[in-house]
Amino acid sequence: MDGVDVKALCDIRGVSGHEGEVRAHLRTLLEGYVDDLRSDTIGNLFARKAARRASPVIMIAAHMDEVGFLVTGADKNGMLHFTNVGGIVPAMLPSKVVRIGPDAIPGVIGTKAVHLEEASERTKPFDPEKLRIDIGANSREQAMKLVKRGDQITWDVEFGEFGSALWKGRALDDRVGCAVLAEVLREAEYEVPVVGVFTVQEEIGLRGAAVASYAVEPQIAVCLEGTVCADIPGVEEQAYTTRVGHGPAISLMDAGTIHSPALVRQLVDVAEREGIPYQYREATRGGNDTARMTMAKAGAPGCAISVPCRYIHSPVAVCSPEDYRNAVRLVRAFIVSIGRGELKI
Amino acid sequence: MKDLIQSFTQAYGPSGHEDQVREVIRAAVVDYCDRTTVDALGNLIAFRAGGGDATTRRRVMLAGHMDEIGLIVTHIDEQGFLRFANVGGVSPHVLLGQRVVFGDGTTGSIGTERVDEIKDLKLDKMFIDIGALSRDEAREKVEVGDMATYQRQLSELGTRLSAKAMDDRVGCAVMVEALRRLQNSPHDIYAVFTAQEEVGLRGARTAAYGIDPEFGLAFDVTGVGDTPKISNNLNMKLGAGAAIKVKDASVVVPPRVKDLLVKTARDNSIPYQLEVLVAGGTDTASIQLTRSGVPAGCISVPTRYIHTPVETLELADVEASVQLTVKVLEGPIEF
Repeated sequence: MDGVDVKALCDIRGVSGHEGEVRAHLRTLLEGYVDDLRSDTIGNLFARKAARRASPVIMIAAHMDEVGFLVTGADKNGMLHFTNVGGIVPAMLPSKVVRIGPDAIPGVIGTKAVHLEEASERTKPFDPEKLRIDIGANSREQAMKLVKRGDQITWDVEFGEFGSALWKGRALDDRVGCAVLAEVLREAEYEVPVVGVFTVQEEIGLRGAAVASYAVEPQIAVCLEGTVCADIPGVEEQAYTTRVGHGPAISLMDAGTIHSPALVRQLVDVAEREGIPYQYREATRGGNDTARMTMAKAGAPGCAISVPCRYIHSPVAVCSPEDYRNAVRLVRAFIVSIGRGELKI
Repeated sequence: MKDLIQSFTQAYGPSGHEDQVREVIRAAVVDYCDRTTVDALGNLIAFRAGGGDATTRRRVMLAGHMDEIGLIVTHIDEQGFLRFANVGGVSPHVLLGQRVVFGDGTTGSIGTERVDEIKDLKLDKMFIDIGALSRDEAREKVEVGDMATYQRQLSELGTRLSAKAMDDRVGCAVMVEALRRLQNSPHDIYAVFTAQEEVGLRGARTAAYGIDPEFGLAFDVTGVGDTPKISNNLNMKLGAGAAIKVKDASVVVPPRVKDLLVKTARDNSIPYQLEVLVAGGTDTASIQLTRSGVPAGCISVPTRYIHTPVETLELADVEASVQLTVKVLEGPIEF
């Protein structure tokens, strides 16, 4: 079933507002599999599958954008100034290799070598405002020939498999959700209309989903995410939120949504009947496109299904291909169950 | 009136899980409206068509939220203790020593890990003890995602009432009582008992979009400054009448709306006070910002100890709120 190449999707660079290449790639994946494929003025990609029945319209969203940085200028010695796009803690910045702009110019976020640090500097938190990106230029003029203000910057990390068959990659949040959605849309036909929406600018305020939801007017909203997973040393079990390898995570409540109890129940029923492992997302922090889908116009019930991803909003995240495949199975089985009229809201 | 407040406050209904309280309110309002519906977010909408002069008829949305603050179970540990997060504004200090109840009637006591100083008390150090001896036993009664609310009986303190969830079941009670008493209104009234107010004024927003009202009137509680050494910013007090909102953190009531409410109160000798609330938001804001904008105001019941299990108010203020609501809905709504 792995028709969608998650590595290819994950390695494309697409910081919020710069989703063009992700969108183009998804278009090629979906041509011929859906009945209508178009994008809107803000850059969302809509993939609509017609169905015999006119309702309920199921809108399924996954965001194309990733967190990253933008070029804001350069010093006279050619070092780039930059700013973050989306939630990134300063600790993720120093000593990283990055790629800049449409030509993926390499750059280095350098820091003073340990030899030159005063003892006190080693224990003090560093000042992220002082960080620059070294692109090998030696003047502002030379630097600005290579890059432009507003160019996107991403960590230079490639997708790969490792260990006991886990995946590691830069933009798993939320290309893994995009991949799940693409797989679901490439499935033959459903009884009810499905509108897959690959959204823009989620990481900076769920913006693409706001206008997309207004246009689609979903009757059932489903969000596909790569979500927080903290099953790591130093975290107590009750704060894990999700665990890698324990199945797709079903959300219950987050900062933007109380997920529909009826949809949660339906997802659980479907998973248990089909023998699909699942877990609950055991936290209420964070938010995703569900918030916008459920609140558009007169509202809609919503749910969210996530592939647990360790270390998101850092240079590299880790997830399980088994959780990914089970997320695809769960979403497909959920749509089929809605088509059978099983849901009572 | 007291009966309504009694039954509404005792009903279970944390945000997003309003099914039980919705049925209690529906039973109380069904005889005083033409039809009731429930929308996608779970708002209960009681519609009553206007009579008489059609030229003064307005599409009016009333909104009082039926959800209450609560707790959501996020994790069940091996010993059967439930870890939780807040649903709406819940203070760890208020929670300490409380008993809580789930939708199926399962009760639990709040416990905490040892903290050296009380200011270190945080929700993530606390847990609910439902008497289970293991995770499996706990899961026979409670699952991750289930919500609990304070368990607390209503108590009469002289002419005052004290209970959990006065915020905002008293607003719901004002709406129901006003519909019961209202004989002749020219207006098409949509009385909406809203969902998910405590987590971001959500239900009122989608309900207002669906109804597309010409005038909105919200009903909620408001803070008071009449207890020892409390904020100087709060001038409202118990027993001084219905509070007509001027502003809160989410909304500035258009002066013409506020003036209509004030004039109605004065003309009918209904006791009122003006409400300027520095913190906290209400459904008023959601209605006001719907579509291309809706003039909306709010009548509040002054309440002590909001978001605790002992929210306390004065019955006379509730009565004044009902009278004011009836008079506003009987008359023309012109600006």
